[in-house]
Amino acid sequence: MTRALHRWPGLLAALLLMTLALSGAALSIFPAAYRVAAPQAASGLTVATLAQRIEAVYPTVGQIRRAPSGEITAYWFDNGVPGAAVIDPTTGQGVANSDPNQIERWLTEFHRSLFLGDNGRIVMAVGAGAMLILAVSGIFLVARRTGGWRRWFSRVRGPMSGRLHVEFARIAVAGLMLSSVTALWMTASTFSLLPDEAMPPNFPSQVSGETGFAMADVPTLASTPVSALRNLTYPYPDDATDVVTIETDTGTGYIDQGTGEMLAWADLSGWARVSETIYMLHTGQGAALLGVILGLMALCVPLMAVTGTIVWLVGRRGRPRIRGNVAAGRAETVVLVGSEGGTTWGFAATLHAELTKTGQAVRVEPMSSFNPARYSHAKRLIVMAATYGDGDAPASAKSFLDRLEQAQPAPGLPLSVLGFGDRSFAHYCAFAEQVQTRAEALGWHQLTDFDTVDRQSPQDFARWGRALGQAMGLDLELTHQPVVPASQDITLVSRRDYGAEVQSPTAILRFALPRRSLWQRLTGRGLGRFAAGDILGVVPEGSTLPRFYSLASGRRDGFVEIAVKKHPGGLCSGQLMALEPGDTVHAFVRRNPGFRPDRSKAPLILIGAGTGIGPLAGFVRGNTRGRPVHLFFGMRHPDSDFLYGEDLTGWKQDGHLTRMVTAVSRSQAPSYVQDALRTEATDVARLIRQGARIMVCGGRGMAEGVSEALADILAPAGLTPASLKAQGRYVEDVY
Amino acid sequence: MKPLLALFAMTTALTVPGVASARPVTLTTNLSNYGGSGIYLALYVTDSSGNYAGSLWLAGRRSRYYRHLSDWFRMTNGSRSQINGITGASVGAGRSLTVTADLADSLFDAGYSLHIDAVAEHRRESPSEIVIPLTTAGAGTAVRGRSYISAFVYNF
Repeated sequence: MTRALHRWPGLLAALLLMTLALSGAALSIFPAAYRVAAPQAASGLTVATLAQRIEAVYPTVGQIRRAPSGEITAYWFDNGVPGAAVIDPTTGQGVANSDPNQIERWLTEFHRSLFLGDNGRIVMAVGAGAMLILAVSGIFLVARRTGGWRRWFSRVRGPMSGRLHVEFARIAVAGLMLSSVTALWMTASTFSLLPDEAMPPNFPSQVSGETGFAMADVPTLASTPVSALRNLTYPYPDDATDVVTIETDTGTGYIDQGTGEMLAWADLSGWARVSETIYMLHTGQGAALLGVILGLMALCVPLMAVTGTIVWLVGRRGRPRIRGNVAAGRAETVVLVGSEGGTTWGFAATLHAELTKTGQAVRVEPMSSFNPARYSHAKRLIVMAATYGDGDAPASAKSFLDRLEQAQPAPGLPLSVLGFGDRSFAHYCAFAEQVQTRAEALGWHQLTDFDTVDRQSPQDFARWGRALGQAMGLDLELTHQPVVPASQDITLVSRRDYGAEVQSPTAILRFALPRRSLWQRLTGRGLGRFAAGDILGVVPEGSTLPRFYSLASGRRDGFVEIAVKKHPGGLCSGQLMALEPGDTVHAFVRRNPGFRPDRSKAPLILIGAGTGIGPLAGFVRGNTRGRPVHLFFGMRHPDSDFLYGEDLTGWKQDGHLTRMVTAVSRSQAPSYVQDALRTEATDVARLIRQGARIMVCGGRGMAEGVSEALADILAPAGLTPASLKAQGRYVEDVY
Repeated sequence: MKPLLALFAMTTALTVPGVASARPVTLTTNLSNYGGSGIYLALYVTDSSGNYAGSLWLAGRRSRYYRHLSDWFRMTNGSRSQINGITGASVGAGRSLTVTADLADSLFDAGYSLHIDAVAEHRRESPSEIVIPLTTAGAGTAVRGRSYISAFVYNF
């Protein structure tokens, strides 16, 4: 709902909002320019003195006006010919032409009404209303995306267009809300929908009938500072019945021209004052700096319109069409999908196709459409739910739990829940779990055990499919081709070979970083931003399923580097190991935010073996700020498979690496990396007490050994690997 | 009070349609091309002692700006009943406004004066920009205003 509220006004009003924002931004310059250019009155100057100075230079002065910028203009008639000038308040002399700026006038008219009169004003007000809806719904969407209000300013991930959209919004949203609310107020005021008219007092019925009282001696003018002045109008020459009119920031009054007495005064009403403040906030007239800031914020609007449109276009492509989707009332199996991005819809489409092949009538629909009353022929329900942000429901599932609470569980309608997520996030499949727990508590029968699919794993999905098939009495083999991110050809530039002598052929492969077009950046295509520890997906020739390798370099390094070990009969590793400089492979980047060194200064303990050194070497290479880094590296033989051996020596000299401990397994006293940890137990325990963060990369067996060793080392301090993991101080990338 | 003035008081405006002793008068106001947005104009009549007699036309739809037609506003306190049915759009720079009204014969050559107040956004107020006596002989003679009006003329 919030998303729809954001999307449709945004797309429909994009062009209008761009014109509003750009003209508004241009207009914001003028108050600042006037503020700089206008000769300002000294702080103690009174209206009486100012009038006296101007009268000395222009004896026929009829009106003195002060603009919010501080600019003072005097108007006079010389023998019936009107004259006007901007006045220097210290001398009373005219210093500049007082004609309004034509460009400003044109822009103002365009900004407020597109030169279309009242209809144009209404159109622009609708634009301001759309802006307000977009700002408010956007604030909620950002909170949802970052996983809560307290994390509203935390980093966002994903394609560049989405990230830019959020970043611009964070800069501009406050200003845009202010501008749109004030715009709506001003429109209401213009159309007299607000009781904010500034009314002068009734004209005095009686005046002294005398003339010639000097302005300089009028008590009110002598006590009014120029900064409070709006307008001072002189009586008509030779009209004894006329009066002096003074307008200040508090009200309007009439002064007798013969006695200098105040004859009548009317305060500005509260409404009128509010409207004046709103006018100031919107135009920056009287608040030039704010105006410039709002103008700069408005410049984000066109950028957000463009990035927002791209986000919409890219997202629309993401959801597959489901062919032969039967009506809810005829379906035997109803599949409910809750997915933010659309990948889960791909899995649902696979399930739909396979079940349909077996003769089932299957309905796939979003979780938000859940309504058991419509499922008159249904025999089972399947919920496929992704998790959004910090354990939240995806947009298409928001109302699901509420509907579930109200629905009566039917005995003949068992339920199966499958969660989709990424184990590197803290709240893995949290929403799906929530659905499962609630359904159980409400008494829904289970069709299958609760299961999850990690990072779109086809294997996980197939496993669940077999369980589902068993429950349904079908032979169900779900082969899902996950949506492979658009891959790109990358070219090998160099390779370093290791390990042949120890029957473990390994290579460090370095690829050139392909250039990315702007469109690729905006739509999240191409390799994108990546850092050491992220994942490179490689699609081997003759297969559509990618294989994944930990990256040993970041985009900033200017190349793409991985460490690969040849597996006997391995399709992808075989192809990679056969690459010669100049050859290419298809690859894409998948982010792995859980496996990153944090930004703290605490010591870093890196533990790895074999090709697991790849990302760890990348972290060492990137440690330019002298953070203490202790590396534990396990290999077979230092003469054969010491990956990054020379680099590590160099990095140690450069201060990127504090200490390196190696464990060699093919020696007279075979040692593994966990053994090295135990040998260095005292140091390791000390570092951990100092707040060290541990990062482990390598095979599953090694990781288990390391965990056991650490458990022993930590026990005296009352710590466990689990407690460190919970604090985020112990992370693994295991394969 | 003269009978016709009593009629004015009843209709509030100075037009007396259908009365034999009245004639259609065309009032044409040409604005100079001073380069600003639409001008608000008030056309009204004062008697021989300078008191307000009635309004003929008010150009400009937003009543919130009427107080800047300061002479007219002062005399009427901005009363909307003075201009019921005789308001129109503001007049653009360089454009002209033509108003036709049935004016009583007794308004002419009897000391009455026609006033025009003018004002434009962000510009000086120009109350009584034009003040001319209503005379039969004065018809057809164009006069120039002080600030915004390049020519004003009334014709029978």
